[in-house]
Amino acid sequence: MFKSFLDPLSGVHVPHRKNTAHLEAVRMPPPGSVVIPTVMHIGAPAKPIVKAGDKVAVGQLIAESGGFVSAPVHASVSGTVKKVEDIVLSNGRQAPAIYIESDGEMRPYEGIHKPEISSLADLAEAVRDSGIVGLGGAGFPTSVKLAIKDISKVEYFVINGAECEPYITSDTRTMLDYSKMLERGVRRIVELTKPKAVYLGIEKNKPKAIKKLKQIFRDDPTIVVKGLPPMYPQGGEKVLIYNTTGRIVPEGKLPLDVGVVIMNVTTLANIEQYLETGMPLVEKLITVDGSAVKEPKNIFAPIGTRLSDVFEFCGGFKEEPKKILYGGPMMGTAVPDLSVPVLKNTNAVLAFAEKDAEVPKETPCIRCGNCVNHCPMRLNPPAIAKAFNNKDAEGLYKQRVNLCMECGACSFICPAHQPIVQRHKLAKILVRDWQNAQKGGKA
Amino acid sequence: MEQARDNKLIVSVSPHINSGRTTRGIMLDVIIALLPALVAGSVIFGLRSLLVAAVSVATCLAGETLFNLITKRKHTVGDLSAVVTGLILGLNLPADIGIYPVVIGSLFAIVVIKCLFGGLGKNFANPAAAARVMMLLAFSNAMGSTGDIKVVDAVASPTPLAVMKGMAEGELPKLTDMLLGLRGGAIGETCAIALIIGFAYLLIRRVVTWHTTVVYVGCVFLLSWLIYGTAELALYQILSGGLLLGAIFMATDYVTTPTTNLGKVVFGLGCAIMTVLIRKLGAYPEGVSFSILFMNLFTNYIDKLSRRKPLGEVKA
Repeated sequence: MFKSFLDPLSGVHVPHRKNTAHLEAVRMPPPGSVVIPTVMHIGAPAKPIVKAGDKVAVGQLIAESGGFVSAPVHASVSGTVKKVEDIVLSNGRQAPAIYIESDGEMRPYEGIHKPEISSLADLAEAVRDSGIVGLGGAGFPTSVKLAIKDISKVEYFVINGAECEPYITSDTRTMLDYSKMLERGVRRIVELTKPKAVYLGIEKNKPKAIKKLKQIFRDDPTIVVKGLPPMYPQGGEKVLIYNTTGRIVPEGKLPLDVGVVIMNVTTLANIEQYLETGMPLVEKLITVDGSAVKEPKNIFAPIGTRLSDVFEFCGGFKEEPKKILYGGPMMGTAVPDLSVPVLKNTNAVLAFAEKDAEVPKETPCIRCGNCVNHCPMRLNPPAIAKAFNNKDAEGLYKQRVNLCMECGACSFICPAHQPIVQRHKLAKILVRDWQNAQKGGKA
Repeated sequence: MEQARDNKLIVSVSPHINSGRTTRGIMLDVIIALLPALVAGSVIFGLRSLLVAAVSVATCLAGETLFNLITKRKHTVGDLSAVVTGLILGLNLPADIGIYPVVIGSLFAIVVIKCLFGGLGKNFANPAAAARVMMLLAFSNAMGSTGDIKVVDAVASPTPLAVMKGMAEGELPKLTDMLLGLRGGAIGETCAIALIIGFAYLLIRRVVTWHTTVVYVGCVFLLSWLIYGTAELALYQILSGGLLLGAIFMATDYVTTPTTNLGKVVFGLGCAIMTVLIRKLGAYPEGVSFSILFMNLFTNYIDKLSRRKPLGEVKA
């Protein structure tokens, strides 16, 4: 903690635009049909176990986990499987998706049962069955994080409630409306992993959430609710770990390697809900906002709900949308059309009118150094650009472009509107190919 | 119909918002920050100052436009960087200089130093500093003029630097006159108060950081104190010549100076040492433009050496 005080990480001041922070989430009625992809996580796709014509109910397993780093998928509505067909996801991956026509009853699956938890291994297995992945946005299967062989390695448990992206308030609502669930989740993980300290990091622009959780955990001095400066990206995993514990996660290592287990508040609340009810991850609390949306809301949407249904529930558009995003404007993905579904790691869908959707014109780099001095990972984008233009993969590796978390602080602050994040994404591919070629050469 | 509408969605890579800053906006801020010095210069040395500045700005704009036309490039004067170059160069010239040297100097700055190296962002030397040095060599007499102070009843006086160096006979002006700019020199370099107001504006607008300027001026002060023995003479040193103009507007040029804060400190320190050495030992009374130009050559190297360690970097 002292380290982060003496040697703070940089960042940028982004507009907050938390327009929906005061809106408690409402549950949208089941859509006519859903499309549930088998890849909504980092790792291998789940394997479909249903076929066209099968009757399914809410919470029923429809695709089983495809490996250690994978997650199962469950039906989010009750009804009939229409087809199982490949779709292309917004990240370019192609994988099967399961189309279900809803009967409108939202009948829960009778096979739902509460898991028995007596050890951390039980918990990891239960989380695996729940289909829960990193709901802060990364989509990393949470069970993998909890597969800890030796709990004496766990020194810190860090809970991410930073929610540093503009617009998004779904974590805020989870912290306010499901604080008891969150509390039980925190205490359960503390009991099973025995960390010496717990940090719950929340950006200071959410005073109500900070106050509420401080009140809840006032009895336990080892659970610290820490207000973070409103400096994007506080919610970046490595940034949050540094700012709460002072630990630095070395490149190529996981948080656990420096004694840290880290989880997002919504992930944690969903885990606890599964442990208490046995209902897997079938719906998501998402923020629907943006300048084109008529009635911005926080809603519970079944996973697989098409964005067209989501926006219709929010009153449709007041202006023609020109850009639709999964997630926030700093790291969110623009989608090609409204037929794409709500995914497990979707925390917001935003629709922007023309004036907010335009891509600013790129001008030459004037070496102002803003990107250098605002990068939380302390990378050097101009040096990376130089190596990238020379197709110098080794140079890119030496500049540690792989450490770039693509938070977008550099592009945000760049007066020349250079596509820095895009360049870094492409640079990582060059480095990966170069590393593979090196390995191939040695073998 | 639904499909047709959806196809119009813009799909671009994140981030989808930006800070609203533009190159043009930054250049506009620099122009605004230069205005107090221009106004002060026009009051002190007369309205001919405005003519010199206008000619230099107009020549820079015309030079860049012609260059782009001849080489079939896109027009770039809209980014206002040519205005900044012209204005800074104009402020570096004496008010009574002829029009013809101004045109030559401006063309040298914009075409030779900036455009031929690839335009904005690509030049390695500060155009205004390079042009001032070129003009000092090519038009020594005209550049050596100290201007006529018009605002008060004063006789044309040698520059304080020349006096301190024993190169000219005369008395040092009062310190208050030095702050107000009532001394011989180039149009924009004499009025310390106007330059400091401009610096404050740049800091408030976050166009520049304090590092280069404060280290440069601070180190010139300390080194001069060491060499000349008194704080008063050191104060004269920092208020004399083109130090403030150079340290605030030329040594902070993005393109030709280091990007990291540590690099800026090193750059400022290097400039200070060179300036003091030239002032003490060199053939010329002033060395600010020489120093900045000299340090420009090291910018790339300083940037490499002052690289910040990426968070979590493991040395292979």
